Amino acid sequence: MTKLSRACVYAVLILAALYTLAPLWVMVATSLKSLDEIRDGSLIAAPLAPTVEPWLKAWSSACTGVRCEGLKPFFWNSLLMTIPAVLISTFIGALNGYVLTQWRFRGSEVLFTALLVGCFIPFQVVLLPMARTLGMVGLSDSIFGLIFVHVVYGLAFTTLFFRNYYVSIPQDLMKAARVDGAGFFTIFWRILMPISGPIFVVCIIWQFTQIWNDFLFGVVFAGADSQPITVALNNLVRTSTGVKEYNVDMAAAIIAALPTLFVYIVAGKYFVRGLTAGAVKG
Amino acid sequence: MTSRVADHWLPKLVLSPTLAASLLFVYGFILITVALSFTESRLLPNWEWAGIERYLDLFDNERWWTSAANLAIFGTLFIALSMAIGLLIAILLDQKIRGEGFLRAIYLYPMALSFIVSGTAWKWILNPGLGLEKLVQSWGFPDFTFDWLVNPDMAIYTVVIAGVWQSAGFAMALFLAGLRGVDSEIIKAAQVDGASTPTIYRRIIIPTLRPVFFSVTLILAHIAIKSFDLVMALTGGGPGTATDVPAIFMYQFSFSRGQLGLGAASAVMMLMTVIAIMVPLMYAETKASGAGR
Repeated sequence: MTKLSRACVYAVLILAALYTLAPLWVMVATSLKSLDEIRDGSLIAAPLAPTVEPWLKAWSSACTGVRCEGLKPFFWNSLLMTIPAVLISTFIGALNGYVLTQWRFRGSEVLFTALLVGCFIPFQVVLLPMARTLGMVGLSDSIFGLIFVHVVYGLAFTTLFFRNYYVSIPQDLMKAARVDGAGFFTIFWRILMPISGPIFVVCIIWQFTQIWNDFLFGVVFAGADSQPITVALNNLVRTSTGVKEYNVDMAAAIIAALPTLFVYIVAGKYFVRGLTAGAVKG
Repeated sequence: MTSRVADHWLPKLVLSPTLAASLLFVYGFILITVALSFTESRLLPNWEWAGIERYLDLFDNERWWTSAANLAIFGTLFIALSMAIGLLIAILLDQKIRGEGFLRAIYLYPMALSFIVSGTAWKWILNPGLGLEKLVQSWGFPDFTFDWLVNPDMAIYTVVIAGVWQSAGFAMALFLAGLRGVDSEIIKAAQVDGASTPTIYRRIIIPTLRPVFFSVTLILAHIAIKSFDLVMALTGGGPGTATDVPAIFMYQFSFSRGQLGLGAASAVMMLMTVIAIMVPLMYAETKASGAGR
């Protein structure tokens, strides 16, 4: 390749990277500016007199509808919802994947295919009956209800992840262990768990991102006190009393994005692996 | 060999809660939604049979057609642009680029964000007044206007802009993985024959990426049909109803306007759309890959 065309390749790639980064930069810069500076300055300029006031307000005193306690309570809601939902769905998915690959029985492949349908349906088609069911069992408007919903509709994906990972483990390993008298759970704990590290990381990250970022289930099934942060953020941006505080909106958006961004930065490799594995094989 | 009795039923027992959940909460609930769509239900479920009345209501509803048209516009542009940009970046990245890992990490970070977050960010960037419009004006183009966000005819394209920004990196990652899987011997042979790089890509590499095109289309189509959060955060379906999509229609009629039957009918139509897109794609793909082997 000529020097010129190589330079063009780099130029395009760098421009694309700048374009991808620009909204994040604008968010961060805006969140650190005063409203006066936003009005007078440029969208992409760095803050001249950085202030953390918008961040404090977004965290603890901005109005999200009728409540004016910032995003703080909803951040905890999201954590309380996400952590159990991720752990439960991942653990069940691991066991399912184990059964579907190492303990195949007649019809297990058909059952797996039937289970996969859960990855494809638009969730709108289950919202109404689920809202009714949660109401009947007293779980509507509660974090438990949200945990339940996220576990139920996450299982198809977590099972898929583990099934595709375990399918490459030779059956001989299993047979040898069984000859030695190891039972169902012993084999899982002693043989599969020690080699399952990477897939657990991939699955946990995938589920964490999905559940933390979910809006649909949150807005439909949560009550005023159990809303996840995505719903609260949307309310915060929509609640305007007088002047529109863009700096507070942006600080709030970054707060809502921080946990998943953090995961992406420390474990991006696994994030991408989950993304492509779930995608290509799904 | 000591075969334990427990090992005969334990695996099935372990799998059964998931199967029961899937049977009830996926298949059962789909059936209930379908059933609801054939009833008189308004604010509360009412199991009086209404035949196809709800569907006739739906097809008579101007908002539904706005939603469907918006989904068609958004879906087509979103898929086409994400794929085109993703493929271009993937091919460029595949030229033994220094700092490839770093660049890749940048292109992909939007996928870690919630659509609500990116919608909020783009809502601010695209707002006429203080956003992009003012920025370009300050660069010496005082007459520049960019009011798509509040212009009913153009607002749906702002959803495309934000959606493509978020998902193009994802398409890039899948294409890049596909490119890395192409047999380097074939490429070397073509180079020996004197084929130029663009020709090699056009004639040899891109055709072998067909399965990747298939999965990218499938996933982007899926994201597009389910698109709810992005539109909610960016435009809220507005101005007016200009950027309504079926997911918002379904939400509004089911949960805000108390029209369960109509909401259910719209949900069923969404499911049908997914099936109508997925099934032929998957059928074509299995047939093609079966013939290729």
